[in-house]
Amino acid sequence: MKSLFDWLDDRTGWRRIAHEALSENIPGGARWRYVWGSTLTFALVAQFVTGMFLWMYYSPSATSAWESVYHIQHVAAGGWFLRGLHHYMAQAMSILLVLHLLQVVIDGAYKAPREVNWWFGVGLLFLTLALSLTGYLLPWDQKGYWATKVSTNLAALTPFVGPEVQRLIVGGADYGHHTLTRFFALHAGVLPAATVALVVGHVALFRRHGITPKRPLRKPDAAFWPDQVLADAVACLAVLATVVFFTVRHHGAELSAPADPSEEYPARPEWYFLFLFQFLKYFSGHTEVWGAIIIPSLLAVVLGAMPLIARWRMGHRFNLVFLGLLLAGAGFLTWQARREDRGNPEFQMAVQRAERDAARAVSLVQQSGGIPPEGAAAMLRQDPLTQGPKLFARNCASCHRFDGHDGLGQARTEEITAATGDTWASLAAARSSSEAQLRAMNPQVGTVAAGTKLRVPELISASDLAGFGSRAWLAGMMDPAQIAGLHFYGGTKFKDGKMVKYVREKVPKYSPAQREQLQQVIQAVSAEAQLPAQAEADLRDAAGIEAGRKALRESLGCTDCHAFRRPDEDATAPDLTGWGSREWLVGMITDPTHDRFYGKRNDRMPKFGRDGVLSPLAVGQLADWLRSAPASQSR
Amino acid sequence: MKLSSGPVVPGEPRRIFFKAAAAAAIGGVLGLVPVLTGVWVWLDPVRRRTHSGAGAFLRVATLESLPADGVPRRFAVVAEKIDAWTRTPQTPVGAVYLRRTSDGTGPGKVTALNVVCPHAGCFVDYQASRTGYFCPCHNSTFAVNGAIDMPSSPSPRGLDELAVEIRGREIWVQFQNFQTGRADKVALS
Repeated sequence: MKSLFDWLDDRTGWRRIAHEALSENIPGGARWRYVWGSTLTFALVAQFVTGMFLWMYYSPSATSAWESVYHIQHVAAGGWFLRGLHHYMAQAMSILLVLHLLQVVIDGAYKAPREVNWWFGVGLLFLTLALSLTGYLLPWDQKGYWATKVSTNLAALTPFVGPEVQRLIVGGADYGHHTLTRFFALHAGVLPAATVALVVGHVALFRRHGITPKRPLRKPDAAFWPDQVLADAVACLAVLATVVFFTVRHHGAELSAPADPSEEYPARPEWYFLFLFQFLKYFSGHTEVWGAIIIPSLLAVVLGAMPLIARWRMGHRFNLVFLGLLLAGAGFLTWQARREDRGNPEFQMAVQRAERDAARAVSLVQQSGGIPPEGAAAMLRQDPLTQGPKLFARNCASCHRFDGHDGLGQARTEEITAATGDTWASLAAARSSSEAQLRAMNPQVGTVAAGTKLRVPELISASDLAGFGSRAWLAGMMDPAQIAGLHFYGGTKFKDGKMVKYVREKVPKYSPAQREQLQQVIQAVSAEAQLPAQAEADLRDAAGIEAGRKALRESLGCTDCHAFRRPDEDATAPDLTGWGSREWLVGMITDPTHDRFYGKRNDRMPKFGRDGVLSPLAVGQLADWLRSAPASQSR
Repeated sequence: MKLSSGPVVPGEPRRIFFKAAAAAAIGGVLGLVPVLTGVWVWLDPVRRRTHSGAGAFLRVATLESLPADGVPRRFAVVAEKIDAWTRTPQTPVGAVYLRRTSDGTGPGKVTALNVVCPHAGCFVDYQASRTGYFCPCHNSTFAVNGAIDMPSSPSPRGLDELAVEIRGREIWVQFQNFQTGRADKVALS
């Protein structure tokens, strides 16, 4: 073994290199405060290793980036862990950078003759931030897409050459394949190469000038090996343990829904850029360039000039104060940004919707055993469960509700002025809400008096469609106590119509036999809907359904007004043939004024399909989503 | 932790040895975690046996498109393909030579050969002039029935024959690819 090492030493001189690397003198011996540079080097190497393996799976294009990251995250064994290491190590690096910077400034290690090394360090700081920024876009998910879009739009504010700079970064006028190929080349090629070059220079100059010891020296000098190496290794291990902890706790990095320019997303940058994001809020339209470009650039210039400022008698103190204020300011802005988001229910709802889309995208891919060649965003755009609630919220929820909300889980509210005699209780009753709910909506209001401005749930003016087509929904409608309520006809002109009159006058007088028949009619009409969630029950109750069909025509006389399974020119109410089925719902949404539905009696419902408000695809998605509610969701 | 090496005292070499050993051990962990994670993920394709539809019969042609003259004709094999994350419903996954011979009754006999040369995986040509197949890469030659026709042929086995079923007027082939470079047929999965 020894002769082999001797041979190798003779050919390479490795012993001298190793000795030089490890025998570096540490004045005053090893100390914990010197570990930060080593932890950053370790983090950088770990990023290169994990990044290289991620590269073997990643595919940079607008129809394959999210898809390949999905594969890493959910298909390749251990992929989530690899991606998590890379993601959280990047976050650890930004913290370690700040710690390293602080230690260098506090210990005065940036002053002459180490100016050039300081500039290398500042360069590395910006390179690392650029690596984070470019990496954030690569998964091509909503989160990265919208956040990066904001930063590249800000680049367009650069004086004189802004639009050209933006086109160069984005690879064209709009985000697409070339944005990804460019960002990926930067992230995996240009920036790492520049980082390596600067690190080599940084370490070489550090060795040339030696460590800047913290005075007074507490112990005799010692060599780098093994004391300082051990301290560095322990610190690196702590970094790694933290990164592994977060990776396991969050099951790797988040992958939100595939990027889609037509879907909203509350764009927020990664947390270490939040201070810049918040800072921008304080600049009005035409002064934005100050917040986005000029002030940050000036701060960067001061950072770079620190060694020169330090020549001045009070310079070092100025630098310390400047850095302290900069960090405190950034910390305050970050806290402020978080606080604003936490107190913003609309932001929270938007985050929830985005998470819902992300989860749906994953389960959709898993169900269909793969992603179509057009990509996952296209798949999500076709999906009724994703699009249905959004279409409902945009087009239907101004009158209808879905289980009390707008389809996306949000309550619709409006502001009113209380009249004389209004109390919490009377308002709660009038708005089919509860006192507690009203008080929660108006935390600033103590007691209600005439003229008090209050936020209250908007009144529903058409039926609540959660569970439409189900037996439970129909049973509610055939209940004399409920039919004229807001969940059914209460908000429409039909509240004084024949159906309401019939249910309120005739149903309470039903004999036990007729009650039994009513249950069968409910089963029979609901069976027309052929709801997937009710298929089993429909099969089980086939006999009752058959009896219901008969009762509906004969003893209960539904066909006096409704048509059922045969043409009926005298029918004045919606056709019960296929009531609630996909075909029936599509027809109803397309044109409620068709003779088969409300005809001339239609009360305000728009002809969504016939007037071109919704495409046939959208109408179908709405119908599919309304019919997809699990049986448990039907009232 | 006390880190500095003080003045030389008895037991010092042992203390340095333990520190060096601890530093080396931790260094090993630091290196191994990212590297082993990466290698483990990288090895995923070796562990994964994807369902490539191998072994299923696929509709390739109709009897009308294949005259019973004993001359091989080439047809694309179209099937659902799962390529990593992408699922393509109908896309070419390979090609076969079909050849129909007639005994005068019924539809006759149809044989199917995979176009892939069993030597190194090139696409073999059918050459009417020599009534046989010829591989343009390393000059393997095969008779019209797919058997090796010259002892000097580099291919270790004849062209891979695939099972055929005639369903009505349709020709269905059990499409499969096989490992190249060996004398026996081993299906790829």
